[in-house]
Amino acid sequence: MAKHIVARVDEIPPGERKIVEIGGRTIGVFNVNGSFYALRNRCPHQGGPLCQGRVSGFLMATKPGGEYTYTRRGEILRCPWHGWEFDITTGQSWFDPAKTRVRAYEVHVEGLPMPEEMGKLLPGPYTAETYEVSVDDQQFVVVEVP
Amino acid sequence: MAVATAPSALLDRPSSIDVAVIDTDIHITFPSPDVLTNYLAPEWREHHRTFGMRGHQGSHYPRAMPNAARHDSWPAAGGPPGSNLGFVQEQLLDGWNIEYGILNPLVGVGEQRNLAYGAALARAVNEWQLHDWVEPEARLRASVVVPWEDGELAAAEIDHWGGHSAFVQALLIIRTKEPLGRRKYWKMYEAAERNNLPIGIHFGGAGGGPITGAGWPSHYIEDHGGMPQAFQAQVISLIYEGVFERFPGLQIVLIEGGFAWIPPMLWRMDAAWRKLGAETPYLKRPPSEVFREHFWVSTQPMEEPLQREYFRQLLDQLAMDDRLLFATDYPHWDFDAPDQAFPIALDPVRKRNFMAENARRLYGLP
Ligand code: FES
Repeated sequence: MAKHIVARVDEIPPGERKIVEIGGRTIGVFNVNGSFYALRNRCPHQGGPLCQGRVSGFLMATKPGGEYTYTRRGEILRCPWHGWEFDITTGQSWFDPAKTRVRAYEVHVEGLPMPEEMGKLLPGPYTAETYEVSVDDQQFVVVEVP
Repeated sequence: MAVATAPSALLDRPSSIDVAVIDTDIHITFPSPDVLTNYLAPEWREHHRTFGMRGHQGSHYPRAMPNAARHDSWPAAGGPPGSNLGFVQEQLLDGWNIEYGILNPLVGVGEQRNLAYGAALARAVNEWQLHDWVEPEARLRASVVVPWEDGELAAAEIDHWGGHSAFVQALLIIRTKEPLGRRKYWKMYEAAERNNLPIGIHFGGAGGGPITGAGWPSHYIEDHGGMPQAFQAQVISLIYEGVFERFPGLQIVLIEGGFAWIPPMLWRMDAAWRKLGAETPYLKRPPSEVFREHFWVSTQPMEEPLQREYFRQLLDQLAMDDRLLFATDYPHWDFDAPDQAFPIALDPVRKRNFMAENARRLYGLP
Protein backbone atom coordinates (compact mmCIF):
# COMPACT_ATOMS: atom_id res chain seq x y z
CA MET A 1 0.00 0.00 0.00
CA ALA A 2 1.47 3.29 -1.06
CA LYS A 3 0.13 6.45 0.50
CA HIS A 4 -0.42 9.52 -1.60
CA ILE A 5 -1.31 13.01 -0.52
CA VAL A 6 -4.14 14.06 -2.79
CA ALA A 7 -5.33 17.37 -1.36
CA ARG A 8 -5.43 19.72 1.57
CA VAL A 9 -8.53 19.03 3.63
CA ASP A 10 -9.99 22.46 2.90
CA GLU A 11 -9.57 21.91 -0.84
CA ILE A 12 -12.48 19.42 -0.90
CA PRO A 13 -15.38 20.84 1.10
CA PRO A 14 -18.46 18.67 1.80
CA GLY A 15 -20.27 17.83 -1.44
CA GLU A 16 -17.15 18.45 -3.54
CA ARG A 17 -14.63 16.16 -5.15
CA LYS A 18 -11.15 16.21 -6.58
CA ILE A 19 -9.92 13.96 -9.36
CA VAL A 20 -6.23 13.04 -9.26
CA GLU A 21 -3.82 10.72 -11.00
CA ILE A 22 -1.87 8.16 -9.03
CA GLY A 23 0.43 5.74 -10.83
CA GLY A 24 -1.48 5.86 -14.12
CA ARG A 25 -4.89 5.50 -12.50
CA THR A 26 -7.27 8.38 -12.07
CA ILE A 27 -9.09 8.45 -8.78
CA GLY A 28 -11.89 10.66 -7.51
CA VAL A 29 -11.75 11.76 -3.87
CA PHE A 30 -15.13 12.79 -2.48
CA ASN A 31 -16.15 14.60 0.67
CA VAL A 32 -19.54 13.30 1.76
CA ASN A 33 -20.77 15.18 4.83
CA GLY A 34 -17.25 15.59 6.16
CA SER A 35 -15.98 12.08 5.46
CA PHE A 36 -13.63 11.32 2.58
CA TYR A 37 -13.99 8.44 0.09
CA ALA A 38 -12.02 7.48 -3.00
CA LEU A 39 -13.22 5.67 -6.11
CA ARG A 40 -11.50 4.65 -9.31
CA ASN A 41 -12.52 7.00 -12.11
CA ARG A 42 -13.56 4.07 -14.25
CA CYS A 43 -17.05 2.69 -14.42
CA PRO A 44 -17.48 -1.12 -14.34
CA HIS A 45 -19.98 -0.85 -17.21
CA GLN A 46 -18.11 0.56 -20.23
CA GLY A 47 -15.24 2.30 -18.47
CA GLY A 48 -16.74 5.80 -18.38
CA PRO A 49 -15.14 8.46 -16.16
CA LEU A 50 -17.34 7.62 -13.20
CA CYS A 51 -15.98 10.26 -10.84
CA GLN A 52 -17.07 13.07 -13.13
CA GLY A 53 -20.68 12.02 -12.60
CA ARG A 54 -23.39 13.92 -10.84
CA VAL A 55 -23.80 13.35 -7.11
CA SER A 56 -27.37 12.71 -6.06
CA GLY A 57 -29.52 10.69 -3.70
CA PHE A 58 -32.17 8.08 -4.36
CA LEU A 59 -35.80 8.60 -5.18
CA MET A 60 -37.38 5.50 -3.68
CA ALA A 61 -40.82 3.97 -4.05
CA THR A 62 -41.78 0.68 -2.50
CA LYS A 63 -44.66 0.08 -4.92
CA PRO A 64 -46.35 1.81 -7.84
CA GLY A 65 -49.08 4.15 -6.73
CA GLY A 66 -47.43 4.37 -3.31
CA GLU A 67 -45.31 7.06 -1.74
CA TYR A 68 -42.02 8.36 -3.00
CA THR A 69 -39.21 9.25 -0.64
CA TYR A 70 -35.87 10.88 -1.29
CA THR A 71 -32.98 9.42 0.63
CA ARG A 72 -29.18 9.43 0.94
CA ARG A 73 -28.81 12.88 -0.57
CA GLY A 74 -25.22 13.50 -1.64
CA GLU A 75 -24.09 9.88 -1.30
CA ILE A 76 -24.88 8.45 -4.70
CA LEU A 77 -22.75 8.93 -7.80
CA ARG A 78 -24.32 8.64 -11.24
CA CYS A 79 -21.94 7.68 -14.04
CA PRO A 80 -21.67 10.53 -16.55
CA TRP A 81 -22.22 8.13 -19.45
CA HIS A 82 -25.20 5.84 -18.87
CA GLY A 83 -26.20 6.90 -15.40
CA TRP A 84 -25.48 3.72 -13.47
CA GLU A 85 -25.65 4.58 -9.79
CA PHE A 86 -22.98 3.81 -7.21
CA ASP A 87 -22.75 4.36 -3.49
CA ILE A 88 -19.82 6.74 -2.99
CA THR A 89 -19.11 5.34 0.46
CA THR A 90 -18.73 1.71 -0.66
CA GLY A 91 -18.55 1.63 -4.47
CA GLN A 92 -21.64 -0.61 -4.46
CA SER A 93 -24.13 -0.46 -7.32
CA TRP A 94 -27.77 -0.53 -6.36
CA PHE A 95 -29.72 -1.47 -9.46
CA ASP A 96 -30.63 -4.75 -11.08
CA PRO A 97 -30.45 -6.98 -8.00
CA ALA A 98 -32.32 -9.84 -9.66
CA LYS A 99 -29.57 -10.55 -12.15
CA THR A 100 -27.96 -13.94 -11.68
CA ARG A 101 -24.55 -12.36 -11.74
CA VAL A 102 -25.38 -10.60 -8.49
CA ARG A 103 -24.54 -13.54 -6.36
CA ALA A 104 -21.05 -13.83 -7.66
CA TYR A 105 -20.45 -10.18 -7.02
CA GLU A 106 -22.21 -10.04 -3.71
CA VAL A 107 -19.26 -11.77 -2.16
CA HIS A 108 -17.22 -8.63 -2.75
CA VAL A 109 -19.50 -6.53 -0.65
CA GLU A 110 -20.19 -8.86 2.22
CA GLY A 111 -19.30 -7.23 5.45
CA LEU A 112 -19.82 -3.75 4.11
CA PRO A 113 -22.13 -1.83 6.37
CA MET A 114 -25.50 -1.50 4.70
CA PRO A 115 -27.19 1.78 5.46
CA GLU A 116 -30.53 1.17 7.10
CA GLU A 117 -32.67 2.88 4.52
CA MET A 118 -31.21 0.62 1.84
CA GLY A 119 -32.67 -2.42 3.57
CA LYS A 120 -35.44 -2.69 1.01
CA LEU A 121 -32.98 -2.82 -1.89
CA LEU A 122 -30.60 -5.62 -2.72
CA PRO A 123 -27.08 -4.77 -3.79
CA GLY A 124 -26.58 -4.72 -7.55
CA PRO A 125 -24.06 -6.83 -9.43
CA TYR A 126 -21.30 -4.27 -9.75
CA THR A 127 -18.85 -2.48 -7.51
CA ALA A 128 -16.66 0.44 -8.42
CA GLU A 129 -13.09 0.19 -7.18
CA THR A 130 -12.59 2.01 -3.89
CA TYR A 131 -9.52 3.08 -1.93
CA GLU A 132 -8.68 3.77 1.70
CA VAL A 133 -8.73 7.43 2.55
CA SER A 134 -7.37 9.04 5.68
CA VAL A 135 -6.81 12.57 6.90
CA ASP A 136 -3.28 13.36 7.98
CA ASP A 137 -2.87 15.87 10.85
CA GLN A 138 -6.24 17.34 9.89
CA GLN A 139 -4.40 18.92 7.00
CA PHE A 140 -4.03 16.55 4.06
CA VAL A 141 -6.32 13.98 2.49
CA VAL A 142 -4.34 10.79 1.91
CA VAL A 143 -5.31 7.93 -0.41
CA GLU A 144 -3.80 4.45 -0.16
CA VAL A 145 -3.49 2.53 -3.39
CA PRO A 146 -2.45 -1.11 -3.56
CA MET B 1 4.70 10.35 0.92
CA ALA B 2 4.03 10.88 -2.78
CA VAL B 3 1.82 13.74 -3.91
CA ALA B 4 -0.91 12.91 -6.43
CA THR B 5 -0.97 14.86 -9.68
CA ALA B 6 -3.75 16.23 -11.86
CA PRO B 7 -5.08 13.68 -14.37
CA SER B 8 -3.28 13.80 -17.71
CA ALA B 9 -5.99 12.22 -19.88
CA LEU B 10 -9.75 12.43 -20.18
CA LEU B 11 -10.16 8.72 -19.43
CA ASP B 12 -8.11 6.57 -17.11
CA ARG B 13 -7.60 3.94 -19.78
CA PRO B 14 -6.36 4.10 -23.37
CA SER B 15 -8.68 2.71 -26.04
CA SER B 16 -7.91 -0.95 -26.60
CA ILE B 17 -9.56 -1.26 -30.00
CA ASP B 18 -7.27 -2.86 -32.57
CA VAL B 19 -9.25 -2.27 -35.78
CA ALA B 20 -10.32 0.81 -37.73
CA VAL B 21 -13.37 2.57 -36.28
CA ILE B 22 -16.00 4.51 -38.19
CA ASP B 23 -18.51 6.18 -35.94
CA THR B 24 -21.86 6.35 -37.75
CA ASP B 25 -23.69 8.55 -35.27
CA ILE B 26 -22.24 11.80 -33.92
CA HIS B 27 -24.41 14.68 -32.76
CA ILE B 28 -23.36 18.26 -33.13
CA THR B 29 -25.15 21.40 -32.15
CA PHE B 30 -24.77 25.16 -32.38
CA PRO B 31 -22.32 26.87 -30.01
CA SER B 32 -24.79 29.76 -29.86
CA PRO B 33 -28.17 30.53 -31.46
CA ASP B 34 -26.53 33.22 -33.62
CA VAL B 35 -24.76 30.58 -35.65
CA LEU B 36 -28.01 29.28 -37.10
CA THR B 37 -29.34 32.78 -37.69
CA ASN B 38 -26.19 33.76 -39.55
CA TYR B 39 -26.39 30.79 -41.89
CA LEU B 40 -30.09 31.33 -42.54
CA ALA B 41 -31.11 32.96 -45.82
CA PRO B 42 -31.56 36.70 -45.12
CA GLU B 43 -35.28 36.65 -45.96
CA TRP B 44 -35.93 34.16 -43.14
CA ARG B 45 -33.94 35.75 -40.33
CA GLU B 46 -36.68 38.09 -39.21
CA HIS B 47 -39.20 35.25 -39.17
CA HIS B 48 -36.75 33.12 -37.21
CA ARG B 49 -36.30 35.82 -34.57
CA THR B 50 -39.97 36.78 -34.38
CA PHE B 51 -41.82 33.47 -34.61
CA GLY B 52 -39.15 30.84 -34.17
CA MET B 53 -39.40 27.09 -34.43
CA ARG B 54 -42.57 25.09 -33.93
CA GLY B 55 -42.53 21.33 -34.01
CA HIS B 56 -44.72 18.74 -32.33
CA GLN B 57 -45.30 17.71 -28.76
CA GLY B 58 -43.62 14.61 -27.39
CA SER B 59 -39.96 15.27 -27.96
CA HIS B 60 -38.41 17.05 -25.02
CA TYR B 61 -34.99 17.73 -23.57
CA PRO B 62 -33.37 17.15 -21.17
CA ARG B 63 -33.75 13.45 -21.58
CA ALA B 64 -32.29 11.88 -18.44
CA MET B 65 -29.30 14.22 -18.54
CA PRO B 66 -28.98 17.93 -19.44
CA ASN B 67 -28.92 18.15 -23.26
CA ALA B 68 -29.28 14.35 -23.23
CA ALA B 69 -25.49 14.44 -23.01
CA ARG B 70 -22.71 12.68 -21.17
CA HIS B 71 -21.79 14.86 -18.21
CA ASP B 72 -18.18 14.81 -19.25
CA SER B 73 -18.92 16.11 -22.75
CA TRP B 74 -19.47 19.77 -21.84
CA PRO B 75 -16.56 21.68 -23.40
CA ALA B 76 -14.39 23.52 -20.87
CA ALA B 77 -14.41 26.45 -23.28
CA GLY B 78 -18.18 26.79 -22.85
CA GLY B 79 -21.13 26.00 -25.11
CA PRO B 80 -23.20 22.81 -25.14
CA PRO B 81 -21.88 19.27 -25.79
CA GLY B 82 -21.10 18.68 -29.45
CA SER B 83 -20.75 22.38 -30.24
CA ASN B 84 -16.97 22.71 -30.11
CA LEU B 85 -14.97 21.06 -32.89
CA GLY B 86 -11.73 21.11 -30.88
CA PHE B 87 -13.30 19.23 -28.00
CA VAL B 88 -15.07 16.73 -30.30
CA GLN B 89 -11.67 16.08 -31.87
CA GLU B 90 -9.97 15.62 -28.51
CA GLN B 91 -12.63 13.61 -26.69
CA LEU B 92 -14.03 11.54 -29.53
CA LEU B 93 -11.99 11.45 -32.74
CA ASP B 94 -8.50 11.45 -31.19
CA GLY B 95 -9.56 9.82 -27.92
CA TRP B 96 -10.86 6.75 -29.71
CA ASN B 97 -8.78 6.99 -32.86
CA ILE B 98 -11.83 7.29 -35.09
CA GLU B 99 -11.11 7.16 -38.78
CA TYR B 100 -14.37 8.73 -39.96
CA GLY B 101 -17.39 10.07 -38.17
CA ILE B 102 -20.86 10.74 -39.55
CA LEU B 103 -22.62 13.87 -38.28
CA ASN B 104 -26.31 13.60 -37.50
CA PRO B 105 -27.47 16.97 -36.18
CA LEU B 106 -30.77 16.65 -34.33
CA VAL B 107 -31.75 20.27 -34.24
CA GLY B 108 -35.50 20.15 -34.75
CA VAL B 109 -35.44 21.38 -38.32
CA GLY B 110 -36.97 18.56 -40.30
CA GLU B 111 -40.17 18.53 -38.27
CA GLN B 112 -41.05 22.22 -38.60
CA ARG B 113 -44.75 22.75 -39.20
CA ASN B 114 -44.02 25.75 -41.41
CA LEU B 115 -42.55 23.77 -44.28
CA ALA B 116 -40.94 26.63 -46.19
CA TYR B 117 -39.26 27.87 -43.01
CA GLY B 118 -38.19 24.29 -42.26
CA ALA B 119 -36.60 24.08 -45.70
CA ALA B 120 -34.71 27.33 -45.09
CA LEU B 121 -33.53 26.05 -41.70
CA ALA B 122 -32.44 22.77 -43.26
CA ARG B 123 -30.33 24.64 -45.82
CA ALA B 124 -28.74 26.71 -43.03
CA VAL B 125 -27.93 23.61 -40.98
CA ASN B 126 -26.38 21.92 -43.99
CA GLU B 127 -24.24 24.96 -44.80
CA TRP B 128 -23.13 25.08 -41.17
CA GLN B 129 -22.16 21.39 -41.14
CA LEU B 130 -20.12 21.87 -44.28
CA HIS B 131 -18.29 25.07 -43.33
CA ASP B 132 -17.86 24.67 -39.57
CA TRP B 133 -17.30 20.92 -39.35
CA VAL B 134 -16.51 18.95 -42.49
CA GLU B 135 -14.27 21.50 -44.20
CA PRO B 136 -12.03 22.00 -41.15
CA GLU B 137 -11.97 18.29 -40.15
CA ALA B 138 -11.27 15.71 -42.86
CA ARG B 139 -12.48 12.80 -40.70
CA LEU B 140 -16.06 14.10 -40.62
CA ARG B 141 -18.91 13.64 -43.09
CA ALA B 142 -22.34 15.25 -42.92
CA SER B 143 -25.96 14.16 -43.33
CA VAL B 144 -28.32 16.24 -45.44
CA VAL B 145 -30.96 17.53 -43.05
CA VAL B 146 -34.27 17.71 -44.95
CA PRO B 147 -37.83 18.95 -44.29
CA TRP B 148 -39.18 15.44 -44.75
CA GLU B 149 -42.88 16.18 -44.34
CA ASP B 150 -42.84 17.70 -47.83
CA GLY B 151 -41.50 15.25 -50.39
CA GLU B 152 -40.67 17.92 -52.95
CA LEU B 153 -38.85 20.25 -50.57
CA ALA B 154 -36.93 17.30 -49.17
CA ALA B 155 -36.04 16.16 -52.68
CA ALA B 156 -34.80 19.66 -53.56
CA GLU B 157 -32.47 19.68 -50.55
CA ILE B 158 -31.12 16.24 -51.44
CA ASP B 159 -30.56 17.35 -55.05
CA HIS B 160 -28.76 20.47 -53.82
CA TRP B 161 -26.13 18.51 -51.88
CA GLY B 162 -26.19 15.16 -53.63
CA GLY B 163 -23.04 15.72 -55.66
CA HIS B 164 -21.02 17.02 -52.74
CA SER B 165 -18.62 14.53 -51.17
CA ALA B 166 -19.10 16.05 -47.70
CA PHE B 167 -22.64 14.63 -47.55
CA VAL B 168 -23.08 10.88 -47.32
CA GLN B 169 -26.78 10.42 -46.51
CA ALA B 170 -30.06 12.26 -45.94
CA LEU B 171 -31.34 12.36 -42.36
CA LEU B 172 -34.83 11.82 -40.93
CA ILE B 173 -36.21 11.19 -37.45
CA ILE B 174 -38.06 7.97 -36.75
CA ARG B 175 -41.33 9.56 -35.60
CA THR B 176 -42.92 11.16 -38.62
CA LYS B 177 -46.39 12.48 -39.29
CA GLU B 178 -47.36 9.46 -41.34
CA PRO B 179 -45.70 6.09 -41.82
CA LEU B 180 -42.76 6.60 -44.18
CA GLY B 181 -44.01 4.24 -46.86
CA ARG B 182 -46.85 6.65 -47.74
CA ARG B 183 -46.72 8.28 -51.15
CA LYS B 184 -46.26 11.80 -49.83
CA TYR B 185 -42.64 10.85 -49.06
CA TRP B 186 -41.86 9.20 -52.40
CA LYS B 187 -40.33 12.24 -54.10
CA MET B 188 -37.71 12.23 -51.36
CA TYR B 189 -36.88 8.59 -52.06
CA GLU B 190 -36.68 9.26 -55.77
CA ALA B 191 -34.14 12.04 -55.09
CA ALA B 192 -32.13 9.87 -52.69
CA GLU B 193 -31.98 7.12 -55.28
CA ARG B 194 -31.08 9.58 -58.04
CA ASN B 195 -28.23 10.98 -55.95
CA ASN B 196 -27.13 7.61 -54.70
CA LEU B 197 -27.54 8.74 -51.07
CA PRO B 198 -28.87 6.41 -48.39
CA ILE B 199 -31.52 7.72 -46.02
CA GLY B 200 -30.62 7.55 -42.34
CA ILE B 201 -33.52 7.48 -39.88
CA HIS B 202 -32.60 8.35 -36.33
CA PHE B 203 -34.15 7.63 -32.92
CA GLY B 204 -36.53 10.16 -31.41
CA GLY B 205 -38.61 13.08 -32.52
CA ALA B 206 -42.33 13.64 -32.62
CA GLY B 207 -44.64 13.64 -35.60
CA GLY B 208 -47.79 14.80 -33.87
CA GLY B 209 -49.24 11.41 -32.94
CA PRO B 210 -48.86 9.71 -29.55
CA ILE B 211 -45.30 8.49 -29.11
CA THR B 212 -46.22 4.86 -28.54
CA GLY B 213 -48.52 2.55 -30.47
CA ALA B 214 -50.92 2.68 -27.50
CA GLY B 215 -51.08 6.37 -26.59
CA TRP B 216 -49.09 8.67 -24.34
CA PRO B 217 -46.87 7.08 -21.65
CA SER B 218 -45.98 8.65 -18.28
CA HIS B 219 -42.22 8.36 -18.27
CA TYR B 220 -39.18 8.99 -20.40
CA ILE B 221 -38.02 5.44 -19.69
CA GLU B 222 -41.06 4.22 -21.64
CA ASP B 223 -40.19 6.51 -24.52
CA HIS B 224 -36.57 5.37 -24.55
CA GLY B 225 -37.15 1.69 -23.86
CA GLY B 226 -40.07 1.54 -26.28
CA MET B 227 -38.41 3.28 -29.21
CA PRO B 228 -38.14 0.10 -31.33
CA GLN B 229 -41.90 0.23 -31.92
CA ALA B 230 -41.47 3.38 -33.99
CA PHE B 231 -38.70 1.71 -36.00
CA GLN B 232 -40.90 -1.33 -36.50
CA ALA B 233 -43.77 0.78 -37.75
CA GLN B 234 -41.52 2.44 -40.33
CA VAL B 235 -39.95 -0.79 -41.58
CA ILE B 236 -43.41 -2.35 -41.90
CA SER B 237 -44.71 0.64 -43.82
CA LEU B 238 -41.71 1.03 -46.14
CA ILE B 239 -41.73 -2.64 -47.10
CA TYR B 240 -45.46 -3.30 -47.44
CA GLU B 241 -46.09 -0.04 -49.30
CA GLY B 242 -43.65 -1.31 -51.91
CA VAL B 243 -41.16 1.55 -51.65
CA PHE B 244 -38.28 -0.74 -52.58
CA GLU B 245 -40.11 -2.21 -55.56
CA ARG B 246 -40.58 1.36 -56.75
CA PHE B 247 -37.06 2.57 -55.85
CA PRO B 248 -34.83 -0.49 -56.10
CA GLY B 249 -31.68 1.54 -55.48
CA LEU B 250 -32.88 3.02 -52.19
CA GLN B 251 -30.93 2.17 -49.03
CA ILE B 252 -32.16 2.93 -45.51
CA VAL B 253 -30.04 3.18 -42.35
CA LEU B 254 -31.81 2.61 -39.03
CA ILE B 255 -29.89 4.60 -36.43
CA GLU B 256 -30.14 4.01 -32.67
CA GLY B 257 -33.20 1.78 -32.87
CA GLY B 258 -31.67 -1.46 -31.62
CA PHE B 259 -31.64 -4.67 -33.62
CA ALA B 260 -32.68 -7.59 -31.39
CA TRP B 261 -36.29 -7.09 -32.48
CA ILE B 262 -35.52 -7.50 -36.16
CA PRO B 263 -35.46 -11.31 -36.63
CA PRO B 264 -38.84 -12.08 -35.01
CA MET B 265 -40.46 -9.12 -36.72
CA LEU B 266 -39.26 -10.37 -40.10
CA TRP B 267 -40.65 -13.84 -39.36
CA ARG B 268 -43.97 -12.27 -38.65
CA MET B 269 -43.84 -10.03 -41.70
CA ASP B 270 -43.02 -12.99 -43.94
CA ALA B 271 -45.88 -15.01 -42.44
CA ALA B 272 -48.32 -12.16 -43.02
CA TRP B 273 -47.11 -11.76 -46.58
CA ARG B 274 -47.70 -15.43 -47.30
CA LYS B 275 -51.26 -15.16 -46.00
CA LEU B 276 -52.29 -11.65 -46.98
CA GLY B 277 -50.00 -10.86 -49.88
CA ALA B 278 -52.97 -10.47 -52.20
CA GLU B 279 -53.60 -7.05 -50.65
CA THR B 280 -50.18 -5.80 -51.80
CA PRO B 281 -49.68 -7.64 -55.08
CA TYR B 282 -46.68 -5.50 -56.10
CA LEU B 283 -44.67 -7.08 -53.27
CA LYS B 284 -43.15 -10.04 -55.06
CA ARG B 285 -40.59 -11.20 -52.49
CA PRO B 286 -40.71 -12.07 -48.80
CA PRO B 287 -40.26 -8.96 -46.62
CA SER B 288 -37.22 -10.46 -44.91
CA GLU B 289 -35.43 -10.62 -48.24
CA VAL B 290 -36.29 -7.01 -49.03
CA PHE B 291 -35.13 -5.93 -45.57
CA ARG B 292 -31.73 -7.55 -45.88
CA GLU B 293 -31.16 -5.89 -49.25
CA HIS B 294 -32.26 -2.39 -48.34
CA PHE B 295 -31.62 -1.78 -44.65
CA TRP B 296 -28.51 -1.11 -42.60
CA VAL B 297 -28.62 -0.97 -38.82
CA SER B 298 -26.49 0.91 -36.29
CA THR B 299 -25.50 -0.87 -33.08
CA GLN B 300 -25.95 1.81 -30.42
CA PRO B 301 -27.47 1.49 -27.86
CA MET B 302 -25.97 -1.97 -27.82
CA GLU B 303 -28.28 -4.87 -27.11
CA GLU B 304 -27.39 -6.26 -23.67
CA PRO B 305 -29.00 -9.72 -23.44
CA LEU B 306 -29.46 -11.54 -20.15
CA GLN B 307 -26.71 -13.95 -21.09
CA ARG B 308 -23.86 -12.81 -23.27
CA GLU B 309 -24.05 -15.90 -25.46
CA TYR B 310 -27.53 -14.89 -26.62
CA PHE B 311 -25.80 -12.10 -28.48
CA ARG B 312 -24.02 -14.55 -30.75
CA GLN B 313 -27.34 -16.28 -31.48
CA LEU B 314 -28.84 -12.90 -32.23
CA LEU B 315 -26.15 -12.13 -34.81
CA ASP B 316 -26.80 -15.48 -36.46
CA GLN B 317 -30.55 -14.94 -36.57
CA LEU B 318 -30.13 -11.41 -37.83
CA ALA B 319 -27.93 -12.63 -40.71
CA MET B 320 -26.79 -9.09 -41.47
CA ASP B 321 -23.07 -9.33 -40.80
CA ASP B 322 -22.52 -7.11 -43.81
CA ARG B 323 -24.96 -4.41 -42.63
CA LEU B 324 -24.37 -3.73 -38.94
CA LEU B 325 -22.70 -0.37 -38.28
CA PHE B 326 -20.93 0.67 -35.10
CA ALA B 327 -21.96 4.02 -33.60
CA THR B 328 -21.10 5.89 -30.41
CA ASP B 329 -23.99 8.41 -30.32
CA TYR B 330 -21.49 10.95 -28.93
CA PRO B 331 -22.05 13.16 -26.95
CA HIS B 332 -25.34 11.68 -25.83
CA TRP B 333 -25.62 9.97 -22.47
CA ASP B 334 -26.22 6.53 -23.95
CA PHE B 335 -22.82 6.66 -25.71
CA ASP B 336 -21.21 3.30 -26.61
CA ALA B 337 -17.45 3.00 -26.11
CA PRO B 338 -15.76 1.48 -29.20
CA ASP B 339 -13.71 -1.03 -27.23
CA GLN B 340 -16.34 -2.05 -24.66
CA ALA B 341 -19.68 -1.92 -26.41
CA PHE B 342 -20.06 -5.47 -27.76
CA PRO B 343 -21.04 -7.93 -25.02
CA ILE B 344 -19.05 -10.76 -26.63
CA ALA B 345 -15.61 -11.02 -28.20
CA LEU B 346 -16.24 -10.78 -31.94
CA ASP B 347 -14.31 -12.85 -34.43
CA PRO B 348 -11.89 -10.70 -36.44
CA VAL B 349 -14.01 -10.58 -39.60
CA ARG B 350 -17.18 -9.50 -37.83
CA LYS B 351 -15.22 -7.03 -35.75
CA ARG B 352 -13.65 -5.33 -38.77
CA ASN B 353 -16.95 -5.22 -40.61
CA PHE B 354 -19.06 -3.90 -37.74
CA MET B 355 -16.50 -1.37 -36.53
CA ALA B 356 -15.68 0.15 -39.93
CA GLU B 357 -15.83 -1.82 -43.15
CA ASN B 358 -19.63 -1.99 -43.50
CA ALA B 359 -19.86 1.77 -42.99
CA ARG B 360 -17.01 2.35 -45.42
CA ARG B 361 -18.93 0.46 -48.10
CA LEU B 362 -22.30 2.04 -47.33
CA TYR B 363 -21.03 5.61 -47.31
CA GLY B 364 -18.39 5.15 -50.02
CA LEU B 365 -15.55 6.27 -47.75
CA PRO B 366 -11.96 5.87 -48.90
S1 FES C 1 -19.89 3.45 -18.47
FE1 FES C 1 -20.75 4.05 -16.58
S2 FES C 1 -22.81 3.62 -16.80
FE2 FES C 1 -21.97 2.94 -18.64
